[in-house]
Amino acid sequence: MKKLFTRFQEIVLLVSGWFTSIMVLLIVFFLFKEGIKIFGKKPVEEGFVMAVHPNNLVNSISPGMCKDIFDGKIENWERLGGRSYPIELATLEDIGSLYTEEEIGSEMEHLDSCFNDYINKHEGALISLPKSAVSSSFKGKIISVKKISLNSFIRGIEWFPTSKPVAQFGILPLITGTLLVSLGAILFALPLGLACAIYMAEITNKRTRSFMKPIVELLAGIPSVVYGFFGLVVIVPLIQKVFHLDVGETALSGSIILGIMALPTIITISEDALRNVPVSMREASIALGATKWQTISKVLIPYSLNGITTAIALGIGRAIGETMAVLMVTGNAGNLTLSYLKPIRTIPATIAAELGEAPAGGMHYQALFTLGCVLFVFTLAINIYINFVTKRRRM
Amino acid sequence: MDAKRKQQVVFTAIKTMSFLVVAILVIILGFIFINGIQVISWDFLTKMPEDGMLKGGIFPAIVGTVCLIFGSMLFAFPIGVLSGIYMNEYLKEGPIKQFIRLMTDNLAGIPSIVFGLFGMAFFVNKLGFGDSILAGSLTLAILAIPVIIRTTEEALRSVDKTYREASYALGATKLHTIKKVILPIAFPNILTGFILSVGRVSGETAPILFTVAAYFLPKLPQSIMEQVMALPYHLYVMATSGTDIEKARPLAYGTALVLIFIVLICNLAANIIRNRYTKTKK
Repeated sequence: MKKLFTRFQEIVLLVSGWFTSIMVLLIVFFLFKEGIKIFGKKPVEEGFVMAVHPNNLVNSISPGMCKDIFDGKIENWERLGGRSYPIELATLEDIGSLYTEEEIGSEMEHLDSCFNDYINKHEGALISLPKSAVSSSFKGKIISVKKISLNSFIRGIEWFPTSKPVAQFGILPLITGTLLVSLGAILFALPLGLACAIYMAEITNKRTRSFMKPIVELLAGIPSVVYGFFGLVVIVPLIQKVFHLDVGETALSGSIILGIMALPTIITISEDALRNVPVSMREASIALGATKWQTISKVLIPYSLNGITTAIALGIGRAIGETMAVLMVTGNAGNLTLSYLKPIRTIPATIAAELGEAPAGGMHYQALFTLGCVLFVFTLAINIYINFVTKRRRM
Repeated sequence: MDAKRKQQVVFTAIKTMSFLVVAILVIILGFIFINGIQVISWDFLTKMPEDGMLKGGIFPAIVGTVCLIFGSMLFAFPIGVLSGIYMNEYLKEGPIKQFIRLMTDNLAGIPSIVFGLFGMAFFVNKLGFGDSILAGSLTLAILAIPVIIRTTEEALRSVDKTYREASYALGATKLHTIKKVILPIAFPNILTGFILSVGRVSGETAPILFTVAAYFLPKLPQSIMEQVMALPYHLYVMATSGTDIEKARPLAYGTALVLIFIVLICNLAANIIRNRYTKTKK
């Protein structure tokens, strides 16, 4: 009986040991299960199709073009490879206002004939109509909207997941936004963090170090939403004032806040790396008559470069995934820009801002999961890189 | 410029930058403290929010956060500690251990918003918990587990080998040795990890956005299947989307101060335990 109990306890241990692995797999499974669904779908409103006049030469249309048409940027079929007709748009609402209630019917039972009538009269028509209105007598030509592919998803430059009748799922601005902010954060945090690490590990005495260590830990412990709040009330107005901007919510504000947040990671890991340099290296350098700074810059830093790269990678990882602080200070405008003085939007902030409003199971919902997948892949790559670097260092 | 002079210049720069880091923390803490302390009162801590969150207190948010801390630790602490024991005491160095460690590191590296996505897809929708304390706690627990595993492992590793050998020599089994000898010695350090993860869990916002947090819910939860308000989300709401953001500012400062206070206490407690333990060991 006692043996059985021991065995049971060991099984519990085993299961717990594998818990994290199981969780990672579960996360991957659920993330990608939802995220993959977006591909191969047409970004048109659920239950709707697009149709043109039967004589129209255009057979298919890309989501981007469709949006340009509805935004009024493309006005002629010629641009899409058709004959020169001005494009005439009609949605369900337009039909509702063009035709009387009698013609449409109280239960919209004559909707198909109204659409038919409209398309017959307008050779340049492009209509978005419910599938139910497409009967066998429908004269218009249904055109296909290009499906969402990995390529269009990653290289698309517009993110309007709820625009109608055709939604835009292009994450390039979100990716550049994320990378822009993270890069800025590292550029801000690296010099400060490295200086602080050198100071703590090599220059100062034990007492100052034991005073600074808890401060760095505390900096790591402050919740991101508090950083975001601080950024919102202090950094954002400051940036707006200094650069005379209309809005202070910019990539720069995000970079500064994220930089502060990445500081503890960079300091702790670089300091560890510097401290791990064997004493003999130091002594040899000093014995050769080098000054302390020459020892640090010529011996210690090159020797601990691996550790410092790890620190940078982890800092970037933290910055890429950070959600709340970025959400609060970067303005969340889906601009494709490389300017630090414009509002941008990052991948995590997009998920946080939009998931609440995306109905579960819809395309928008799935697209946000796809964003989650992208984020996961980013951080996974960074982790594997770090793993690789630390292994090389051990060897 | 000779080497000595150059060193002096560089060291001064480094020193200045280091103190800048300290200054950043002091500025952030000081700013929030000065602005927040004015609204902190007994009423602020124990009253319901009123008037579209422009008046009253943050009591339900405090209660919600406490619920989430308890709920998540209920799952995370046992699993994390057991997992740490398994990793350090049972698994030998090899590909399996490397794999599990890699997975644990990966789990630790996953951004918190991805936990939110997963929590929503799995606990809220798949398992049908809905937006509830249960779903939120489980999501936060997954986030906290890697931290607890790591500290547990470190704590166990630092236990001197002689303790183990002495116990085995007395005829104790492995499990018995772990339970009666190693765990009691390693306990203070494991506790440190526990406290630090409490600090982390109490401040996380992204994972609870879609799994539990309520925008405005001026009542206390009756069961674990209900939504609650939580301090970090409450701060976010008041800072960005309240009915009157300017009017809500003082309350936001107060909430931020309470949040920082929790983290401060956790860090302080962890440090005290760590220091006392390392001193007595010597």
